[in-house]
Amino acid sequence: MTAAGLVLPMAGEGSHFPPTPGDFWQPLFAIPGTEYYFTRPMALVAIAAVTLMVWLHLTTRRAAIVPGKGQWLTEQVYNFARNGIARDMIGSKDFMPFVPFLFSLFVFILLNNLFGIIPPFQNPAMARIGFPIGLTLLVYVVYHWVGLRKKGSVGAYLGGMLPSGLPGWIKPFILFLELITFFITRPLTLALRLFGNMFAGHMLLVVFIVGGWYLFRTFEPGLMLVAIPAWLLGVALTVFEGLIQFLQAYVFTLLAASYIGGALADEH
Amino acid sequence: MDYTTIVAGALKVAAEEENAAEPMGAGEDAIPILPYIPELIFGLIVFGILFWFVSKFIVPNLEKAYADRTSAIEGGMERAEKAEAEAAAAKKKYEEQLGEARAEAAQIRERAKEQGAQIIAEMREQASAEANRITETAHKQIEAERQQAMVQLRGEVGQISTALASKIVGESLDDEARQRGIVDRFLADLDSGAIAPEKLGAGEGR
Repeated sequence: MTAAGLVLPMAGEGSHFPPTPGDFWQPLFAIPGTEYYFTRPMALVAIAAVTLMVWLHLTTRRAAIVPGKGQWLTEQVYNFARNGIARDMIGSKDFMPFVPFLFSLFVFILLNNLFGIIPPFQNPAMARIGFPIGLTLLVYVVYHWVGLRKKGSVGAYLGGMLPSGLPGWIKPFILFLELITFFITRPLTLALRLFGNMFAGHMLLVVFIVGGWYLFRTFEPGLMLVAIPAWLLGVALTVFEGLIQFLQAYVFTLLAASYIGGALADEH
Repeated sequence: MDYTTIVAGALKVAAEEENAAEPMGAGEDAIPILPYIPELIFGLIVFGILFWFVSKFIVPNLEKAYADRTSAIEGGMERAEKAEAEAAAAKKKYEEQLGEARAEAAQIRERAKEQGAQIIAEMREQASAEANRITETAHKQIEAERQQAMVQLRGEVGQISTALASKIVGESLDDEARQRGIVDRFLADLDSGAIAPEKLGAGEGR
């Protein structure tokens, strides 16, 4: 009997192995009066947001000069977003108005990503592209709006995308490339990077952990033995996923700050 | 069949097909990079609430704590500098006072030494004067006592000698005037060295 012969009969209706993109579709109940569903990732982002608000409120409600443990921890995260991302990317002159937005982005994405490996949630909401697209839309609107306000007019804003000192004939081509960058590439990559990492990472974990379980459930000694390295890899990948989840939250926020900083810069 | 009914029918079919299909991003067979619109909107709302909460409460609280901390540190440093300056001033003052006190102490010691020497000299003078006086008094007293003893002795020696002489001679020399004359003569002889003092005993020897 081959391994494929063992596995294949188990795959199919009601099975989560091998994982498919369809597994990310997890409706909980129909929203009354509409044809839409309230899905599990929606519940998870709500839980994440409430958790964040409660945590932040409890630790900063009486923000003291000498911080306690909770406030200290919150300050570390806040300083990371405030100084490490916003101030470094935007510059110490203009960064302060964007700190609430960037800090919210960072903690919101971070906690939702970490939900991917935290039981009992174990589902990164950002693997549903609706959420990254929503956040990207906000970033997109913010950095264009900031750039327009800074330059004063649409013409000046578009002209500001061009590097100075270019020969005249090349300007249209560069402008074309810059327009693609500003209006298409940036939002597309921002949303897809976050989505893709979370989506693929979750699939990978499912493959090793659920796959190991299916191997184990055969009660064939050989296959049960194979389940052990599968699970070991699952553990290692979970740790690795934790790193990726942090990194993606960081990268998303960093790029958002960099776009805002670029829009605010005097020279291209 | 006019064309409006055809168009209406086509639209109806299209609408039914659209209703039959799952909304974008929904269902197990949906393409994963197409967003499920409720999720997109719901995510925006949730994030909006979080953003509002953070910018309304969290960031102001933390920034206020930071500002307080900065001013507390700056104030602390100012206070420390002030205290340092005060301490330096106080140290200088104390050192000055200490120097003055030392000089004064040295002065006092000098004066005390002088005074001590003076006192010792005075005392020595006084003591020697006193000693001289005591010696003199003693001499005077001894002289007076000697004189008195001499006078007394003279009387007694006179009597004894008279009694002795009368016993030896056997004749009464009771006659006052004669007696006195003899004694005086005897004593005058004695004083002038006519009679050797050894005869009267060693007690009268000088």
